Amino acid sequence: MNYFELFALTRSYVLDTNELRAKYLELQRAVHPDKFANASEQNRLLAVQQSARINDGFGMLKTPINRAEYLLLLAGIELAHEYQTIKDPTFLMEQMELREALEDIPTSSDPEQEIIDFQQQIDRHISEFEQQFVDLFAAGDQSSLNTAADNVRKLKFMLKLAAEARELEERLLGF
Amino acid sequence: MALLQISEPGQSSAPHQHRLAVGIDLGTTNSLVASVRSGQATILLNDQGVGSIPSIVHYGEHEIKVGLEAKAHAVSDATNTVVSVKRFMGRTLKDIQASHKELPYNLSASENGLVTIETRNGVVNPIQVSSEILKPLVELAKSTLAGELDGVVITVPAYFDDAQRQGTKDAAELLGVKVFRLLNEPTAAAIAYGLDNDQEGIIAVYDLGGGTFDISILRLNKGVFEVLATGGDSALGGDDIDQIIADWIIEQSGYDGDHSPALQREIMQLACRAKESLSAQHNTELTLNLPCGNDWHGQLSREVFDSLIQPIVKRTLMACRRAVRDAEINTSDILKVVMVGGSTRVPLVRDKVGQYFEQQPLTSIDPDKVVAIGAAIQADILAGNKPDSDMLLLDVLPLSLGLETMGGLTEKVISRNTTIPVAKAQEFTTFKDGQTAMALHILQGERELVEDCRSLARFELRGIPPMAAGAAHIRVTFQVDADGLLSVSAMEKSSGVKTSIEVKPSFGLTDNEVANMIKDSMTYAKDDMQARMLAEEKVEASRVHEGLVSALLGDAHLLSGDEKSLIEQAMAQLANAQAGSDLKSIKDAIALCDKVSQDFAARRMDQSIRQALSGQSVDNI
Repeated sequence: MNYFELFALTRSYVLDTNELRAKYLELQRAVHPDKFANASEQNRLLAVQQSARINDGFGMLKTPINRAEYLLLLAGIELAHEYQTIKDPTFLMEQMELREALEDIPTSSDPEQEIIDFQQQIDRHISEFEQQFVDLFAAGDQSSLNTAADNVRKLKFMLKLAAEARELEERLLGF
Repeated sequence: MALLQISEPGQSSAPHQHRLAVGIDLGTTNSLVASVRSGQATILLNDQGVGSIPSIVHYGEHEIKVGLEAKAHAVSDATNTVVSVKRFMGRTLKDIQASHKELPYNLSASENGLVTIETRNGVVNPIQVSSEILKPLVELAKSTLAGELDGVVITVPAYFDDAQRQGTKDAAELLGVKVFRLLNEPTAAAIAYGLDNDQEGIIAVYDLGGGTFDISILRLNKGVFEVLATGGDSALGGDDIDQIIADWIIEQSGYDGDHSPALQREIMQLACRAKESLSAQHNTELTLNLPCGNDWHGQLSREVFDSLIQPIVKRTLMACRRAVRDAEINTSDILKVVMVGGSTRVPLVRDKVGQYFEQQPLTSIDPDKVVAIGAAIQADILAGNKPDSDMLLLDVLPLSLGLETMGGLTEKVISRNTTIPVAKAQEFTTFKDGQTAMALHILQGERELVEDCRSLARFELRGIPPMAAGAAHIRVTFQVDADGLLSVSAMEKSSGVKTSIEVKPSFGLTDNEVANMIKDSMTYAKDDMQARMLAEEKVEASRVHEGLVSALLGDAHLLSGDEKSLIEQAMAQLANAQAGSDLKSIKDAIALCDKVSQDFAARRMDQSIRQALSGQSVDNI
């Protein structure tokens, strides 16, 4: 039983996170070890295992990037622990430019505004990649799936950049 | 829901049997026990009408004393009077020597380096000392509730690591008490406040106790308590406030003679009294009897006191800031702030916390009792006394779990704040031909270097089938249960046979030490080990039997006729064995029941998963 089946959800990148969360809580209510405080060792252990599986599934489906990776895994493409790098020169060049732009922000004339603009720019890129992923994944043929996998790799780069931007924002705003 | 029947009594007992369960706040400074009676959680009082006992154990010439009686010896016989033992739990001698310089005890180390205390009654470890503290509380619970306890909930700081949690659980199990659950103290406080008031939203629990500081950010939503983030400092609390005031007193008095343990204790007690009186007054008078015969008289004002403890309060607020950030929220998202621990009576603490969170913190429940009350409510639910309860407690792992890799670095296996229970598997291979063993070093902490993390356990995997280098695929599963306790299992996959690999931990207590501890424990001095093990196995046997009775009652349709009769045969064998007094035959009968009902248990679990999601809509959750 895969995690979409476990949560009785359609196998899709687009999902209603409120529904996911509601189902998650309902499943945990049914199997959480606390429900088995008076049960036998065997049943308690089983409850721990099931509860752990539901937690893992929730973590996998909740976050968009994990969900994308999981969808690819179900389609036979494993991205975890891989060493494959991105060979798209345009993308790599763009990444370098974005990184330089981020580094320049603290010394710019209005860093607080610039960091917000930068983050919005990254968010736009992320949405674009997400939309492309949805389309490619829906197409479903091997070549589209391979491109979708590349898309996920690029998304990871962007998310890393977004995290760095958030850290800089926290520093600039004096956290 | 069908699954609840598992935790309900089977045919053998009345359907509304009330199980006896209590919540215990095993504190650094004070400990107390509470229970839900007539629907109300109350602190249990001893025959002197006192609810809270000092967490102090005195090892005397003839007997071991606990609580107030032990406190009386804290000054006169400091070497044999263990105070604030919670700070020693799960710690090595090295840890303690590094963090606590002036302790009046003769410390030593166990085989694996854990701290032990040499008393006139012999060497004791923190688990045994904690067990002594729990004993009068458990006795009080038994006599007040008039019966044997079905189980207890014990609270621990949210920041406690695996070794500290395991030690706490062991302390209760030494007394033969079943631990339903280790509950994080701040979560317990939230239960005490939240459930009854039907709160919804994000709350912060600020817990400044005697020896630990915890900040927890929880989300409460229709009976679900979800820990979003925890933070704090496992070595910061009221004791540190006392220490700062004590240092100030010594400085003011100009005393530069010897510091006998007795004098140290006296100064600490004076400091503590000064702190307490400054919660209500603006000035306090101090008198210290110095060994040279001269008394010292002084005065401490609220202003001076505030300036002395300002750095401590600031450290707690820094931890709050980090926790708020970890939870990915803003302080303005926080609906309520709950205050826990005696040190939150200090006006400066209340003011600064109020300022930081921009609201008046909650103080309506006694901050010394709120944790025990929450634990009692949880114990009542876990015992199955409130079958309609909707409460679901989702906790997170307080510290990341990692493995040592090449070059003294750690690789995270399970990250901090991951919801528990959790299981993660990693694959390893051999690097030598014919290699049959492998060592794993498990660490807990956030830092990159092994030396900066807490060494949790070294596991040795033995019995790997000999193969060419790199051919064996050993899958190691790290499982953390709802109490935050780690267990490790391993198997070799590539041979096609699920070889079970022996996982031998070499940290914490050795098997020998555990056996000796049980032998030494006063409760069982009269009985022999065998009798105790028999009694415990019989309890487990009845759990297994009751569970199967109610499972068959509700879900026999999941079984074929053959399967059902196999289970019934095993149950009959179990009932037979249980009536006798042969430990091995009871164990065998349990094992048989487990074996023949394994698929049945899994099917029932699957069924309950399907039922949980059938016909439900988002709205009714």
